Amino acid sequence: MSAAATSQGEFLQHHFTTPEQQADAGKIGMWLFLVTEILLFGGLFVGFAIMQSLHPRAFLEAHHHLDRMLGFINTVVLLTSSYTMVMAVHSARTDRRKRVIVYLLLTLICAGIFLGIKCVEYSHKFHEGLLPGRFYSHKGDTVPGQFMFFSFYFMMTGLHGIHILGGMAIIAWVLRRAARGDFSHSYYTPVDLVGLYWHLVDLIWIYLFPLLYLIQ
Amino acid sequence: MTDNYLSSPRGFKSWLTTVDHKRIGVMYLASILFAFLLGGIFAILIRIELLKPGHNIMSADTYNRVFTLHGAIMIFLFIIPSIPAALGNFVLPLMLGAKDVAFPRLNLASYYIYVAGALLAISAMVAGGVDTGWTFYTPYSTTTNGSVGLMTFAAFVLGFSSIFTGINFIATVHKLRAPGMGWFRMPLFVWGMYATAIIQVLATPVLGITLLLIIMERVFSVGIFNPQLGGDPILFQHFFWFYSHPAVYIMILPGMAIISEVIPCFSRKTIFGYKAIAYSSIAIAGVSFLVWGHHMFVSGQSSLANVIFSFLTFLVAIPSGVKVFNWIATMYKGSISLEAPMLYAISFLLLFAIGGLTGLFLGALATDVHLHDTYFVVAHFHFVMMGGTVMAFLAGLHFWWPKMFGRMYSEKWARVSAALIFIGFNVTFLSQFVLGSRGMPRRYYNYLDQFQPLHVFSTVGSWVLALGFLIMAGYLWASLRKPMDAPANPWGAVGLEWQTSSPPPEHNFETVPTVTGPPYDYSPVEPEPAEVHA
Repeated sequence: MSAAATSQGEFLQHHFTTPEQQADAGKIGMWLFLVTEILLFGGLFVGFAIMQSLHPRAFLEAHHHLDRMLGFINTVVLLTSSYTMVMAVHSARTDRRKRVIVYLLLTLICAGIFLGIKCVEYSHKFHEGLLPGRFYSHKGDTVPGQFMFFSFYFMMTGLHGIHILGGMAIIAWVLRRAARGDFSHSYYTPVDLVGLYWHLVDLIWIYLFPLLYLIQ
Repeated sequence: MTDNYLSSPRGFKSWLTTVDHKRIGVMYLASILFAFLLGGIFAILIRIELLKPGHNIMSADTYNRVFTLHGAIMIFLFIIPSIPAALGNFVLPLMLGAKDVAFPRLNLASYYIYVAGALLAISAMVAGGVDTGWTFYTPYSTTTNGSVGLMTFAAFVLGFSSIFTGINFIATVHKLRAPGMGWFRMPLFVWGMYATAIIQVLATPVLGITLLLIIMERVFSVGIFNPQLGGDPILFQHFFWFYSHPAVYIMILPGMAIISEVIPCFSRKTIFGYKAIAYSSIAIAGVSFLVWGHHMFVSGQSSLANVIFSFLTFLVAIPSGVKVFNWIATMYKGSISLEAPMLYAISFLLLFAIGGLTGLFLGALATDVHLHDTYFVVAHFHFVMMGGTVMAFLAGLHFWWPKMFGRMYSEKWARVSAALIFIGFNVTFLSQFVLGSRGMPRRYYNYLDQFQPLHVFSTVGSWVLALGFLIMAGYLWASLRKPMDAPANPWGAVGLEWQTSSPPPEHNFETVPTVTGPPYDYSPVEPEPAEVHA
């Protein structure tokens, strides 16, 4: 029996007949989960769109407080992390085990940079009193109602940030499994699924960035 | 005695850590029955309070909390998980000839999340209570005292449990069908579960974010639902019903799924219009997402939206009607026997027909203005949910009880209890249609003297109903106390779940079954007699 066949058998759960069946089921499950994520964020996007249409001037005015440059850098950082994630999956599929570890580490680092920049942005907002709802205390506004924009800014980027944190946790988990040598061309479903999740988190940011930072 | 899933492996811990879909189904069953008892006690308390106008046994504020808890418990802790997570978990993999669901650990996680959500809900009751109604309408829910935040968080957590079950079932249906079981050889129960799972996956996250927004509104005053801050309370209703209308199909589709199993078995006939029933489940799931506005005809929604939503609502009647007519056509010239599951299935047909038709009164704009927020709505809802889903749940429970626990219950007492439940139900809720059409508003603590006779009628009905359930609890409990006597196939039913022993072994089948023909082939199968114990 070849090494590949052994690793297939090792991770095949009892209720599946073939590794392909197990991998397909996993993918269906992950795609369905991603659909629920899109609908979860969808509620916030719809709420944002309606509130923006009710208060267009306040939203336009409020978004000037955001730093487009930092937002842009973060977009680039996340796009890069998606690339390294793709490469991690590709390396797993082609049995390059060292590279899997390197690419997963790079992805983790990108995620860390993203959160670091986000922290800088948040602390800036905290300092200026640009806070959600009743905690909004920014002085010298010419247009009223800007707190609503920051309600959404914090809810949307906050929920997204929680997803980044969750993503980092599961990337760390597959990293550990990769280091243990679990993955090969015949079994790399966990890397694949974590990759799918990570791309979705990235994609949501791709929508959040223009929505929040680039209002015209 | 051979080993089965109940006896092997042994020990309490083996149950808590099990990933066996059958055991998880049984644990869910015990939990939802407990929730049903709790919600039922609240229902009886509500009815006693309404025996005569004014103060009887509780204050007005307590009354508001009690009806909220009745609704929230029955919806989130009982009906939504009842058929899919308890019965569905048990029989769906068996029906497909699979060893388990696609993600057994996710299945167990779903159960523990359910328990966590239930504990949160119960602690919300103890810590202050909730008086918003189960719908949590803003702006009241964002301004009232009590533990609305905790209760909405509980419902948020319970949503995950529902989503996980949905994901599991979809993946299971796609990937774990036995050799030879094509899509159109699947039992209709599986089609119904599949349609339900689609709604669970697509609708529940929207409720999740809506409930989070309520919590945010309460903690941060974010403003989205608060008109004083420039928000829109109607937006909450849109968000809420975008989930909660499809959610009533999460509740009724599994009921319909059970009926499609029980009726052919006790009519000894192939189901009439298999494909029509299968597609109508998917059609109901699809249309369910387009009708939420019919809850808001008098909320200040635009007239154009009202007309569109009213029209779309009537569309739901088509696939529902297709199903009912197909079931009746199945019974036509069948060899009908009236065991307990069939009694409940026939109750379902009668009561669901009334519930469905009165839904059209409410979907029509002109009549809804008169009937909105009256007891007519309460009666309609209970006819669909209790007359529909709960009757179907009881049909399924009696149908699969021998399979789940390997024991037959007392058929005589089962018939008595079915009769009491049917009579009690109608006495309780038919009177509420009349009350509502005469103008009795829902959720009121006090009422005009002229409504009292009908309220008394309804309350007495609730006692008959309660008696029926007590008898059921008695004979089901008694059946568990005796030795196993159920044969593999007591009803002479077709379907893979009847080809394995009762109760099934740990991995469901001794050998993987192969499917060679269409489902519901009732020509050659005969019931087996129960084993006689000396």
